[in-house]
Amino acid sequence: MSSAVSAPASRAGSAAAPRGAGSPVAVQLQGVGRTFGDHVVLADVDLDVAAGEVVALLGPSGCGKSTLLRAVAGLDAPSTGSVLLDGAPVRDHDPRCAVAFQEPRLLPWRTLAGNTALGLPPGTPKAEGRERVAALLDVVGLARFADHRPRSVSGGMAQRAALARALARRPGVLVLDEPFAALDALTRLTMQDLLLDVLAATPTTVLLVTHDVDEALHLADRVVVLGRPTGAPPEQGAGVLRTTEVELAHPRDRGDAHLASLRAELLELLGVPRA
Amino acid sequence: MSADAVPLSGRSAQAQGLGGSDEPSSPRGLRAGFGPRRPAASGEPGTRKRLSPWWGALLPLVLLGAWQLATSTGNYPASQLPSPAAVVRAAGDLWERGLLQQHIAISAQRVFVGFALGAAAGLAVGSLVGLSRWADALLGSTIGALRAVPSLAWVPLLLLWIGLGEPPKLTLVAIGAFFPVFTTTASALRHVDAGLVEAGRAYGLRGIALLTQVQLPAAVPAVIAGLRLALAQSWLFLVAAELLASSIGLGYLLTESVNNGRTDRIFLAIITLAVLGKLSDAVVGLFERWALRRWA
Repeated sequence: MSSAVSAPASRAGSAAAPRGAGSPVAVQLQGVGRTFGDHVVLADVDLDVAAGEVVALLGPSGCGKSTLLRAVAGLDAPSTGSVLLDGAPVRDHDPRCAVAFQEPRLLPWRTLAGNTALGLPPGTPKAEGRERVAALLDVVGLARFADHRPRSVSGGMAQRAALARALARRPGVLVLDEPFAALDALTRLTMQDLLLDVLAATPTTVLLVTHDVDEALHLADRVVVLGRPTGAPPEQGAGVLRTTEVELAHPRDRGDAHLASLRAELLELLGVPRA
Repeated sequence: MSADAVPLSGRSAQAQGLGGSDEPSSPRGLRAGFGPRRPAASGEPGTRKRLSPWWGALLPLVLLGAWQLATSTGNYPASQLPSPAAVVRAAGDLWERGLLQQHIAISAQRVFVGFALGAAAGLAVGSLVGLSRWADALLGSTIGALRAVPSLAWVPLLLLWIGLGEPPKLTLVAIGAFFPVFTTTASALRHVDAGLVEAGRAYGLRGIALLTQVQLPAAVPAVIAGLRLALAQSWLFLVAAELLASSIGLGYLLTESVNNGRTDRIFLAIITLAVLGKLSDAVVGLFERWALRRWA
């Protein structure tokens, strides 16, 4: 059914579960580095993400967070090292992966429903697909706008449609590149809780890039800070600076004292002391 | 055929295509080559309230009045400036003998067949050059050089190689239609929003699927702007073909009338070309508006 499966070996991991059922996939980064010309962006990143774990990546602008996500999604090949999904190396796009970008990136000539349908796993029967698209648009609060074109809805609504498109895949790995950054503060909080609801219903491995420390602490099981060590020469690539477990059950209280102390630590590490 | 509606303005707008200005010149066409530029608020971006199209008839009517006035003073001999009535009479005369219909039919046929051939070739080669860096590197500069050749320069060569009859005329019109479509298609495909293409790839679209579902639809508005330019240019190249070697058609009517000193028929031919050019452009314009609503 799917010609896009990267390697026969990648079937091994999902063999236990029916295809497309979206059982979470473990992600391993092994010595991943990426160089553009002479510019070393990432160097030697090692990271193990367990199946079903939610990991937030924090770091200064330009430290290669998005590059790392693109490598996981198979949109870019690392210069060194490898990315493994359930033990099989990512070579090309993997159908178990779904991406939501910083911008909605919806096809302007398709309706929101049509755009959401783009995310359906290849080979989904028509009727089932329609049902799933309608259900997801309902989840993200866009049921009434299914037939609207992207240009006739607000940026926040378009971004929600982009999230619906990613969820339509029933992804094993959900890759989110600052998906809520362009939303207004209130919508952002609503969307974070919506994402948590979806994850509670269907456990999924999530890699989330964000600039928002509070968002990372609200959503993630683990927060990974990427960057260059202080005093490192500028030509050195960024790597994992620090990993922080957030051992707090959902639903989390945004004003929790433990979170507050973690926030202070992380902000200090990011160069904003004593928040 | 009546001479009382003289949309000279329409023709002059098209004449800009003469110098090979087949870049997508309309801002809509240009913008359309890129991805969605989302305005913060909802609603149609950049739509300016349009005035009634009837305002476009004002200038032709004024010109017609001035024409009538100039001829009725008797300052100009009819061999230089025939009266509107004389042109109408000339039209009626040719129409009754079935000649005007024949000229119009054969010219329209040449434009549409030549346009279809040239536009199809432009789409094919433009897609190739727009999507493949190899094709771009190998073909780009040669096609650019051929594009710089003025339409009339092709005529002797076409006559020499293809001879008389329809083929050389259709070829010349096709050449005229090819370049605007080629240029707009290649540049639109080259400039499809990289973010959209990446989103398509992220959801498993590859090769033909990526082309048909993302790249081509994104290029549609610019390609249609190119088709519109190509149609205008087809009429220009048609007259070039018919001026030199033909025994029928509006371009022939023009040369024949020059030789016979029939200024009224020269006016008739020019006005007919203007009306036909404007009409065919209006049809494509309607199609363009529909396509922009559908695809942009």
